[in-house]
Amino acid sequence: MVPRVGRVRRRRRESPSVWTLEIEADGPAAAPGQFNMLTAFGIGEAAISLSGDPAVPGRLIHTIRAVGPVSRALTRLGAGEALGLRGPYGAGWPLAEAAGRDVVIVAGGLGLAPLRPALYRLLAERERYGRVLLLYGARSPADILFRRELESWRKRLDVGIEVTVDHAGSDWRGHVGVATALIGRAGFDPARTIAMICGPEIMMRFSIAALRDAGVTSQTIFLSMERNMKCAIGLCGHCQLGPVFVCREGPVFRHDRVAGLMTPKEL
Amino acid sequence: MEHRGHCVLTAAGLEALIDVLRRRGYRTIGPKIRDQAIVYDDIEAVADLPRGWTDEQAPGRYRLARRDDEALFGYAVGPHSWKAFLHPSMQRLWTARRAGDVVVVTPEPASAERLALIGVRACELKAIAVQDRVFLGGARVDPHYQARRADVFVVAMNCAEAGGTCFCVSMNAGPKADAGFDLALTEIMDGEHRFLVETGSAVGEEVLAELPERAAVQDDLAAAEAVVARTAASMGRQMRSDDLHDLLLDNLEHPRWDDVADRCLTCGACTMVCPTCFCTSVEDSSDLAVLESSRSRRWDSCFTMDFTHVPGGSVRASARSRYRQWMTHKLATWIDQFGTSGCVGCGRCLTWCPVGIDITEEVRAIRASPRRETAAP
Amino acid sequence: MSGAVKDIETIVREHPFFEGLLEPFGKLVSGCARNAHFQPGEYLFHEGGAADQFYLIRDGCVALEIKAPGRGAITFQTLRADEVVGLSWLIPPYRWTYDARAVEFTRAIAMDGACLRGKCEADHDLGYEVMKRFMPILVGRLQATRMQLLDVYGDDA
Repeated sequence: MVPRVGRVRRRRRESPSVWTLEIEADGPAAAPGQFNMLTAFGIGEAAISLSGDPAVPGRLIHTIRAVGPVSRALTRLGAGEALGLRGPYGAGWPLAEAAGRDVVIVAGGLGLAPLRPALYRLLAERERYGRVLLLYGARSPADILFRRELESWRKRLDVGIEVTVDHAGSDWRGHVGVATALIGRAGFDPARTIAMICGPEIMMRFSIAALRDAGVTSQTIFLSMERNMKCAIGLCGHCQLGPVFVCREGPVFRHDRVAGLMTPKEL
Repeated sequence: MEHRGHCVLTAAGLEALIDVLRRRGYRTIGPKIRDQAIVYDDIEAVADLPRGWTDEQAPGRYRLARRDDEALFGYAVGPHSWKAFLHPSMQRLWTARRAGDVVVVTPEPASAERLALIGVRACELKAIAVQDRVFLGGARVDPHYQARRADVFVVAMNCAEAGGTCFCVSMNAGPKADAGFDLALTEIMDGEHRFLVETGSAVGEEVLAELPERAAVQDDLAAAEAVVARTAASMGRQMRSDDLHDLLLDNLEHPRWDDVADRCLTCGACTMVCPTCFCTSVEDSSDLAVLESSRSRRWDSCFTMDFTHVPGGSVRASARSRYRQWMTHKLATWIDQFGTSGCVGCGRCLTWCPVGIDITEEVRAIRASPRRETAAP
Repeated sequence: MSGAVKDIETIVREHPFFEGLLEPFGKLVSGCARNAHFQPGEYLFHEGGAADQFYLIRDGCVALEIKAPGRGAITFQTLRADEVVGLSWLIPPYRWTYDARAVEFTRAIAMDGACLRGKCEADHDLGYEVMKRFMPILVGRLQATRMQLLDVYGDDA
């Protein structure tokens, strides 16, 4: 309930409203898919997923979109400034379960940020997994997150990276179209595949449909849900989705656990 | 639970009980009339209690009325519940002080206050147990609730009056207190005005030992039983409750939700008076230079537009979805989360709803014409 | 692609769009087909032009664009091997509503739209086979367009 104090080491602008903070702080390392509650003192607190390499101790990387007073205040913190930190919280990506299998990662927009730690882990322990494939949809080429990193991963021979945008200028040589279209063309073996998805909920629903059309089962699809969070420990009631507390049993869920909860409107 | 056997106290004995508790350092809280309602407040003596008063309750209606006797507890429950003391509406969590780039965060110390709750009804005991499960029974314990709850002395009161909106019998939550108390009293007006006393803990026995009690005789026991039986037989409402989980969760698109949404003002009064509602929000504040800032926790309600706000808007934007959330959480998904229903049948949400929505009626309407739609996989 | 030069009928049959097409439809359809290729930057067609043919891509990449004043050309879809470029040849007034530009060197089967329309009118069974193959593409594009329209990734401006 009480934050510990961390310090911003660096911040980097990823796109007009998205910033990545590198934070120095004590405490347990977050696992891929987990989140921390970051406090901008005097303003408030927000739940932000880890977006950096979980293997580096004492250094937390969070990618934040400035959409409200708290996130805006966080993205304005400069090097040396203090912020509050609580966490890590939540259930993360099923990397242990993915061992020996092909991993298809489907990311939409800012959804690439909570998936990046999983990618770091997969690539660091590459021999543990089968095929690794990232399918990433962004709004336009200017909105592609972590572009240089994606380009350097692309140079590797053991990971597939496909990027698409909703629209582009004529200087874009890559895919234009919905991320779900990449799924149909990706050519993975559904029986060997574990899928991890993060992005706007509409995009996740359609991606799940495309994955299932391709033969991936509900038990091998994992998604990261987002809900309003205040306490992050299952005591304030805000993040409930049906019987589930997203902060505690999620944010990463196996699809069959939440499939029935995503269909009714406004649940 | 050890029972020493029953004994009897008079009103003088009740006065002595309050004194003993105060001498032992408890803050004694009990029913009192204020603002034309019976609320829970600090009491110092029997004279503070609503002697000779009762309440008339119906959906959307609460009035006090004079009794024709001098009963001290001759009413049901009012707008307050004990959560006002165990899970207060405002709780500071921490303060932070800054000097340059150095910030020091100081947690708010947990309360050291010892509470004695006098006149806790069976439904309220159940409600406290429900909140115990929420705040103490999971992986994360709420330290503030834990501290407040740690040394509470509970004087339960078996109801002699069933309220117009009560349905504790339907929820297996009363009217007789069976657990969670240090002492349980039943007020008997038949013959001498007295209280049958039952002990429920070692501390209860200790306190009782200091009181001018006399042993209970068969007459006392029979009179107390009759009081409870009469209350159980005169519940204001009734609701079948063994099938609510599936009934409600299989009918999430039932037209009744549109019907109740037309009436519901989303004012959230039900969540404020409900003894088990526990949702909170936090507020950060600071001085202008942000040299000192703090965070406080306050009650919140799932009926607010902001409750489910995510970038882009609220997940539950319509009144329909918010009413549905409250009712299905209280009666159905609470069971998945905590193993029991969240409802204890106290009737407060009926009484204090400005438009008189009655959840027993809403349940009845859905049960009468179930759709049994299950969500697509 | 190396190997012997294939005849147009084989190429048409091998394209996934016409998979499962029975004889004599294969012959009928091939009669309207010819090979085509485009250099990077070359336009297959322009907005407003007569939609008299459509293209089954064999390999390469084609960008569908719309020009907006002040915004230049906006690409809203790229299509690659095994996909179909051009749907307006099916419906009057048979005019293109966007530009199609080859992004890379692209080989395609160019289908004469008027020719195929005529044959479908004459043989409704052929017409049904063609419609059956176009409908899923149309519906898929519509669903994708809706998603793109919703601009789900949020306002990054």
